Amino acid sequence: MTQVLDKPVSLKAPVSPAERTARRRAVLEWIAVHSLGVAAALFFTLPFVFVFLTSLMSDSQALSRDLIPHTWEWSNYRKVFDTPGFLTWWKNTLIYAGLGTVLTVASSIPVAYALAKFRFRGRNLSLMLVISMMMLPPQVVIIPMYLFWAKQLDLSGTLWPLIIPMAFGDAFSIFLLRQFLMTIPNEYLDAARVDGCGDLRTLLKVVLPMARPGIAAVALFQFFYAWNDYFGPQIYASENPGAWTLSYGLESFKGAHHTDWNLTMAATVLVMAPVILVFFFAQKAFVEGVTLTGVKG
Amino acid sequence: MSTLTTSTPAAAARPAGLAAKRRRSALKTLAFMSPWLIGFAVFFAYPLISTVYFSFMHYDGFRPPTWSGTKNWRYVFENYPLFWPALRNTLWLVVVMVTLRVVFGLGVGLLITKIKTGTGVFRTLFYLPYLAPPVAATMAFAFLLNPGTGPVNSLLEKAGIPAPGWFNDPAWSKPALTLLALWGVGDLMVIFMAALLDVPTEQYEAAELDGASPWQRFRYVTLPNISPIVMFAVVTGVIQTMQYYTQPLIAGKVASGVIQGAGTQFEPGYPDKSTLTLPQLVYNLGFQRFDYGSACVVALVLFALSMVFTAFLMRRRGGLIQAGD
Repeated sequence: MTQVLDKPVSLKAPVSPAERTARRRAVLEWIAVHSLGVAAALFFTLPFVFVFLTSLMSDSQALSRDLIPHTWEWSNYRKVFDTPGFLTWWKNTLIYAGLGTVLTVASSIPVAYALAKFRFRGRNLSLMLVISMMMLPPQVVIIPMYLFWAKQLDLSGTLWPLIIPMAFGDAFSIFLLRQFLMTIPNEYLDAARVDGCGDLRTLLKVVLPMARPGIAAVALFQFFYAWNDYFGPQIYASENPGAWTLSYGLESFKGAHHTDWNLTMAATVLVMAPVILVFFFAQKAFVEGVTLTGVKG
Repeated sequence: MSTLTTSTPAAAARPAGLAAKRRRSALKTLAFMSPWLIGFAVFFAYPLISTVYFSFMHYDGFRPPTWSGTKNWRYVFENYPLFWPALRNTLWLVVVMVTLRVVFGLGVGLLITKIKTGTGVFRTLFYLPYLAPPVAATMAFAFLLNPGTGPVNSLLEKAGIPAPGWFNDPAWSKPALTLLALWGVGDLMVIFMAALLDVPTEQYEAAELDGASPWQRFRYVTLPNISPIVMFAVVTGVIQTMQYYTQPLIAGKVASGVIQGAGTQFEPGYPDKSTLTLPQLVYNLGFQRFDYGSACVVALVLFALSMVFTAFLMRRRGGLIQAGD
């Protein structure tokens, strides 16, 4: 408002030298900041650009030092899809990521709700244990877990040892959801209680609709986690190529196409692309999730 | 309790009702917490105790485990050739990679708050690399930094700058991994951006009135305001370094050219143990050498280190936990 009022006045008044230097400095700063911004943007995007360009080169050109393809070989992507197993990896990844995400969200919501809104003894201890689990490298307990799944339940060579645990709450998702649920004012819950809602009804009818952005963030993070996971499939699925995921298969793709950087880069693009597409559709929820776990509290 | 309720209904209904209410509330809490309680017991407490147990056993997965005392512990610390290089690498990564990531993340965060034109586009471009799946991103960098045909070295040589061997040179493999980590700095950028926007503008205005230079404003206004976030970024960075697995493993595998599943086994750390990290040792001992006992020793070292920093994080950011009340 004040800016609008100020403008005509400053236009009429003669520009003082001090004002002129200030304005010149603002312009210079704009140029400096945006040049830096363009430089940074090049650093962040050029790797994608080079990978994409190489993925379209012919076999022989991919071995040269050229940066731009002479002929655009879109058939490279066909070749990748025709590679035995590639579609199976794709399917397995979708099962792991999809089913895992649904299970994680469903099992983490009630836990997060209890940690955020119930008062009970051991709540802080539980929360501390959740955070500890969240910070723990998966390799710490992998030996007994592998023996459990492989020797006792005979499930190695499948992705079930990775999917089943997600039905029992995921520490990171619980923590993120709890942080989100904390921001819902208790008045809403009290109002629901006065209206005669039980806790389950309150959770389903009042809390969940309000927590939709938090749930979206958790679902996205979990989906990306499964999509990106390399260690899990390496431990449990490596012995059976029929159970490989994209992240795991991509590396063997490189092994099989040792010097065909063009095909390897085309496969790399195909593994990256879905993640980036999902991000564009759900950017807001994603950024919200990052700030929520990092800054809130 | 039943005797109480029979005597005087009006007076007794209260304590009984209260007890019942309390019991119902406890059951309700238990029901809501149950997925995690089961998960905690089966996927955390039991395997952790089991890891401690196996660290004192000789076990190869075929013959039944036998007691071996502290033999695994001595083997890992004294004779296992990969342990100390892995620990040294971890220290290097903590000092160099974590520091550079925090500084760079803060720099990019500052830059994005200053950019006035096309902010959304810039922010998205800066953030995207963070999302690239680790295997794919590492593969991309192994190609970009490939000494023979990679575009980076082509450009460097055109510019007359001596081109390093990157993932094929023990002295350059960790800097190459650091470059990859800096490329994916988007998570820190978003966190710092949010923190920078939270700094009260009055403080900047007051500093400006006092004639503070841009550096002084950063040093005496910005930095004190965001220091908890810097601390948070450093500690979580250290914890992430303890988990650093996929990128160094893939970088070593791709650069070494060892083909997976072709009978040859890739010993992690290429070139010359320079990309070894502790999680890779658990894999190497447990799933390549079938020495589950020693793998558990390394797992416990990893556990201890992670918990030290996690405890530090929880203490520093007590607000994280007490924010409930």
